[in-house]
Order: sequence, then structure tokens, then C-alpha cells
Amino acid sequence: MSKKQPKLEARDLNAYYGDFHALKNINIAMEEKNVTAFIGPSGCGKSTFLRLFNRMNDYIDGFKVEGNILLDGNDIYQKDVRVDELRKQVGMVFQKPNPFPKTIFENVVYGLRIQGIKNKAVLEETAERSLRDAALWDEVKDNLNKSALALSGGQQQRLCIARALAISPSVILMDEPASALDPISTAKIEELIYELKNDYTIVIVTHNMQQAGRVSDYTAFFYMGELVEFNKTKTMFTSPKDERTQNYITGRFG
Amino acid sequence: MRASEKIIEGLLWLSAVITILITVGIIWVLLSESISFFSEVSIIEFLTEKEWTPLFADKKFGIMPLVAGTLLTTAVAIAVALPIGLTIAIYLNEYAHARLKQVVKPMLEVLATIPTVVYGFFALTVVTPFLQQFIPGLAGFNALSAGIVMGIMIIPMISSLSEDAISAVPRSLREAAYGMGSTRLQTSFGVMVPAASSGIVVSVILAISRAVGETMIVAIAAGQQPRLTLNPLVPIETITTYIVQVSLGDVPQGSLEYKTIFAAGITLFIFTFVLNNLSFWIKKKYQEKYD
Repeated sequence: MSKKQPKLEARDLNAYYGDFHALKNINIAMEEKNVTAFIGPSGCGKSTFLRLFNRMNDYIDGFKVEGNILLDGNDIYQKDVRVDELRKQVGMVFQKPNPFPKTIFENVVYGLRIQGIKNKAVLEETAERSLRDAALWDEVKDNLNKSALALSGGQQQRLCIARALAISPSVILMDEPASALDPISTAKIEELIYELKNDYTIVIVTHNMQQAGRVSDYTAFFYMGELVEFNKTKTMFTSPKDERTQNYITGRFG
Repeated sequence: MRASEKIIEGLLWLSAVITILITVGIIWVLLSESISFFSEVSIIEFLTEKEWTPLFADKKFGIMPLVAGTLLTTAVAIAVALPIGLTIAIYLNEYAHARLKQVVKPMLEVLATIPTVVYGFFALTVVTPFLQQFIPGLAGFNALSAGIVMGIMIIPMISSLSEDAISAVPRSLREAAYGMGSTRLQTSFGVMVPAASSGIVVSVILAISRAVGETMIVAIAAGQQPRLTLNPLVPIETITTYIVQVSLGDVPQGSLEYKTIFAAGITLFIFTFVLNNLSFWIKKKYQEKYD
């Protein structure tokens, strides 16, 4: 591994839901402009871990974090960190497409609107750029004022990606972004992830091992709240070091 | 076994039918009495005449003063209940901890269980004297106090139904808003409230319907003087209050004065019927959106 500053880092991280110890002593460092996949069986803590990086767990009653989460070397759980500012740098795409019940255009520019940007030219330019980057522009350019809810599931998910891209984050977190989609839409999202890693650091949670193999540079395997193994995806899939990893990726459990 | 099933089914059917029959009966009485009223007083006079004096020697039958009184107290009530109720709903949903919500929501609903006669008494003996310290021209009986207290009474209706509507907005939408870097305020007003707007509108319409039909508070605190005005500082009379006044008085049954209460009653019924159906329609039309 190179010695440059990791983009994202967790140090001695523990997390709890009430008495339940959900994440156990996790240390990981992720490099800039790489795709890291989090894999593991349901309930292993991978989604919980992902949501720590934009503090999405803050609103869960009884949730507690110990240790450090660093973005560009800065601890994002310090008291003076503004969560809304953090989330402008760390965008998120969710498992189920969740466009707002607004027009396609208003969905894409939502992030700019809440920052108080009213300049029409800026909004239109950003909308087009983001939709192009999310490979959705050609399908919706004539219908920008149609309701986003009228799009197909796969289109809605790419719209959600466009919406996240519009505010120019440096990191994009994806929580099983293709699990609710059909195979063709899934393929489109995967292609997109491959394109996006030129500009963004991407962390993706997935249940689908083939998907992790196809899209990611690094893979982290979680099991029962522990980070069992973290390595280059190729290495991990060909010669896993831990027996549990081997069992999981060969389909013996999960 | 099978026989008892049949009997129970029959009883259930009967109770459903009785409810319908009673409703039909009420509407029938209301209609037939008011038809006989309108055979003596023209609908045009009823709707355009500016005075309502059926109990005086010089009888005039213009419903507008009563409608104005009703709308005035209702408007004051909604002006109080909507901002407070909606604020409470947003607070409970977006800001309050789950445990606080569990305590506050039932406590709010206690407001709805206070007998309206107590509210009326409260308006007359507490709110009016209090307001008179700031508003010198405020009459002892007035639409303002009655409206304000009525507003307090319907706060739980708006807060509770709106809160239900906001919590029914999928969690994923809230996460989308937070994920984009929205503050809580931006999430509430930019995403949650618009997404729950049909439910919120329904809560307001039901609250209006409740306020329009409210009787005791206005009968006690708003006075009994039909007056075509939008000034909330003077005594007025609402449709409901008029009906109470005549029902309790010594108006001979079958007389024209007696029939006025049915004409007033059907006016009130049309108001609440339209409002309730409007809310039902909005609910039906917009509710499935997220399913």
C-alpha cells in the first residue's frame, strides 16, 4: 500500500445498538478514487459500518460509537463537525431508489436548492452534467419536468445517483444500490460505478459476490461485527487468508 | 354451532343497517322540515337577506349572518390550531426522542377529551377578561375568545393526524434528504411536509368540520347576536348557537320560527358533509402514492 493519506479511515472502531455490540474493533483505510466493496452475510454490520461514514446512524436511539472515523484525516465525529456539511462531501445512494416526489429536475438540483443556489443557468447546467454522469440524460432530457416517481426502478436509482453527484461529493456511499433492480438495470449501475471511480471514492455494500468481484478494487469481508479480511479484490477472491472468508465466498454460508 | 354463527352474523348485519337507517332518518327529517320552511321563505331571500331575525316581530330570514359568525369563529380557531398543531407534529416527528413522543402525544390527546362546556366556560371567564386587558374594545361575548379556545380544542386533531401523516412518509425519503446534507428544518419543510401534504390537508379539513359544528363553546362565549360582520371583537351568533337558542326556547312546534332550525341545520349539514367528503376524496386520491 502507498503511504499517501487514506481518503477514509476507521480506527479502533466499536459501535453498539443499546447492549448489542454491532461492530468490533475495526481498523481499515481506504484510498482515494478506488471502489471498496463491503461483503458479508446479513446482520454482519457492513451496512451499519457504511452508514458511519456520513453519520446516518446518528438518529437511531441507543446507537453509540467509540473510536474514530476519519475523512481526509479529520475525525468526523468531533463535536464541531456539522453533519449537513459532512454529507455534502460524502454522498449516499440507498438500497431502494428513493427519489423525492418532485420532478426529475427538482430531484437533481435538490442539493443545490438547499444550499440556496437560485441561478437558473447554474441549476440547469448542474442538472445536465449530473444526469449525463449518471448515464440517465439521454433517457430523460425531454421529460425533466415529469415526476420522478414515473421513472422505472433502475432509472430512479440512476436519478438518485445523479442527485448525489450534483453536489460534487468526494465520496459516494452505496448501500446495496442494485439489490432491488433487474439484471439489466444492475449492469447499468455497475458500469456507472466503474466510470465514477475516476472522480470519486466509492464504498459499496453488496450481497452479491460477483458484483463485488466485478466492480471493486478492494473488498472487506465482515462477519458477526468483525472485519475478518480486507484486501485487493483479486487477491481476496483467489486466495483468501481466513477460513471464514473462504467459506463465505465459496458459498458455504451466508 | 352453525346456528349461532348465523345469529351473530344477523346481529352484526342489523347493527350496520340500523346505523344507516338512523342516518337516513335524520336526513329525511332535516329535508322534509326544511322543504316546508322553504315553501314559506324563498331560498333567494334565505341566501341574500342580510339579517336573521326570525324571533322578532319584523321577521327576516337571511342565513348569512349565521354563516358569517360560523366562518369567523372557525377561521380564528384554524388560525390558532394550524400553526401550533403543525409545529407540534413536526417537532414530535423530526426532533423529539421516541420516549418524549410517547409521553407527549397521549397528553395532547387529553385536550380533546375535555368537555366542550368546560372550554366554553374557560373562554368566557378566563380568556375574554385576559384579552380585554390588551384589546379595550373587546366585548364580553365575542368571536375571538370563542375561536381561540376552539382552536386550542382542535390542536390535538391537527397535530395528531398530521403527525400520523408525516410518520407515514417512508423513512427512505427522510434518509434521502439527510443524505443530501439537509438540515432538520430543510428535511421537515422541504421534504416531509410536502410529502405528507394530503394527510395534513385532510387533518385541517376535519378540524374545520369540527369547528363549524362546534356548539357549546360558541354558545357560551360568543354571544347570541346574529350579525353580518368579520369583526371578531363583537358578539356574533353561529348556526349551531342559533339552533340551541331556539331548541331551548318556547317557540311553538310546527311554527315557521320552529322550522328555521331545520333550515339552519341543513345548511350546517351541507357544510360538514362537503368538508368530510372532500377530506375523504383527498385521502383516497393521494394516499396510494407511496405504496
